[in-house]
Amino acid sequence: MNPLELARAEPGPAFTVTLDGREIDALPGQTVAAALWTAGVTSWRTTRGEGRPRGIFCGIGVCFDCLVTVNDRPNQRACLVPLRPGDAIRTQEGTGHHG
Amino acid sequence: MGEPGLAVIGAGPAGLAATLAAAARGVHVTLIDSAAEAGGQFYRQPAPGLGARRPQALHHQWRTWERLRDGLRTHVRAGRVRHLTDHHVWFVERRGAAGLTVHALIGPEQEEPAEVRADAVLLATGGYEKVLPFPGWTLPGVVTAGGAQAMLKGGLVLPGRTAVVAGTGPLLLTVATGLAAAGATVAALVDSADPTSFLRRSRALAGRPDKVAEGAGYAGLLLRHRVRTLLRHTVVQAHGAERLEAVTIAALDRDGRVRPGTRRRLGCDALAVGHGMLPHTDLADALGCRVDGTDVYVDDEQRTDVPGVWAAGETTGIGGSALSLAEGHIAGRSVAARLAGRVPDRGEWAAAAHAREKLRAFFAAVDSVYAPPAHWAEQVTDETVVCRCEEVSAGAVREAVRELGAGDLRTVKLLTRAGMGWCQGRVCEPGVAGVAGCAQTAGRRPFARPVPLGVLARAGEDRESAGETGETGESEEP
Repeated sequence: MNPLELARAEPGPAFTVTLDGREIDALPGQTVAAALWTAGVTSWRTTRGEGRPRGIFCGIGVCFDCLVTVNDRPNQRACLVPLRPGDAIRTQEGTGHHG
Repeated sequence: MGEPGLAVIGAGPAGLAATLAAAARGVHVTLIDSAAEAGGQFYRQPAPGLGARRPQALHHQWRTWERLRDGLRTHVRAGRVRHLTDHHVWFVERRGAAGLTVHALIGPEQEEPAEVRADAVLLATGGYEKVLPFPGWTLPGVVTAGGAQAMLKGGLVLPGRTAVVAGTGPLLLTVATGLAAAGATVAALVDSADPTSFLRRSRALAGRPDKVAEGAGYAGLLLRHRVRTLLRHTVVQAHGAERLEAVTIAALDRDGRVRPGTRRRLGCDALAVGHGMLPHTDLADALGCRVDGTDVYVDDEQRTDVPGVWAAGETTGIGGSALSLAEGHIAGRSVAARLAGRVPDRGEWAAAAHAREKLRAFFAAVDSVYAPPAHWAEQVTDETVVCRCEEVSAGAVREAVRELGAGDLRTVKLLTRAGMGWCQGRVCEPGVAGVAGCAQTAGRRPFARPVPLGVLARAGEDRESAGETGETGESEEP
């Protein structure tokens, strides 16, 4: 059993996005976070101070732990932003405003 | 007055019930919500693109949802309700005789502003999860219990293959059974409380036989999915280098301290953890509404103490979806009467008021049972990060208290930056308060979410260009 089977999901065709240049699949309607979890990725940011890895925590847009760079826009909440074909996701270091 | 009417903020159970009740009585309602679809957290829907043909498999009380959803559709089609999705409200402005203006940002980018005028506002902003810190809680793979559920309901994804569900509260049962049904192996459900003692509190339960049945239903599901339940246990540490690999759990003694020699390690790649819920009160607070402890104060009509502002659901105190529905229904009827210049007949909503009374008593009893271990802060090592945004350690907070004399959350924040980051202390406040040994006061935040400076500078420009006079009350801000 998996969640798609449980909900008898019949998603539209999967499309491709990139994570740091690497192609991954995403389903229509999935957020950045959902697609990254499906691809087995659980962290996509390092903190400003200690450079520690972070990913999803609250999952509903409150905690800002899941910040990520999408199409060169830093500090997007991965749990809120839906993906579109061709989106370029980049892991974010620190504030995301340099490098 | 024509168009404005009622603005409902939040399309969860409380907001939907209020919308339906008010619209059915001729009120023009604008329902404003941050999500792409109505439902709130409780009835969060899978993204339409996922084509879920059986979304009810992820939900409880689906019939109630169908009734709310279909009612909303009918009113929207008839032009009685306008549903603004992807609208993130950051402020509600009182404008005296001119009514109220709701300020929102259009998502997901949250850069473009939108304003909604209203004669009355209902705050149905819901709640979010409280999580207390422990060593390792910042590791990827550690998520809130509600977050795991939201990702499952909305994105049809799991946080990992093997999950431990831990903390305290009735939500853990829902999350553990939900994850297991969706195919995760739930290695353990770890609750620091002992809810079986709840059964002895017969008075509150006698009022809600449906809740007893619900509890029995979860017990059956846990058994079916072979989920081991460990009561009076707690997670003392999450382990892993770059991501979660295991947790250490331990038994608690009667005083809520870890019992020596009971620590054991459970392998897992996901930990869903939560210690109860907190109401979203930012909008109410900025409006100048009275907030008692963490809950927005309301009277028996669900009115706050600010004229024209009602509140319903979790924002007035955590109590679950059925209570939210009852409160929303009462609020919607009250708004309809008051906007028409009538004093409402309370007899109209006697059934909802009865349910509200019973459910509040029930959740007061629930609250008294599900409490975090009394001495949880002793398990938080000095190295543990307590403020996730600003990476402030428990040691720094303790130093602020011991060496620098901080005695309240605000002073701790000024000395350490704990609570000063992106989340504005929403996540770390209970943890910092516990580690510092001071009271958790409601955080005062002028805006409910980050606002671009350009939006802030331009707020209200539309109305000036529309030629309104200056008596709209900028000076009336609290």
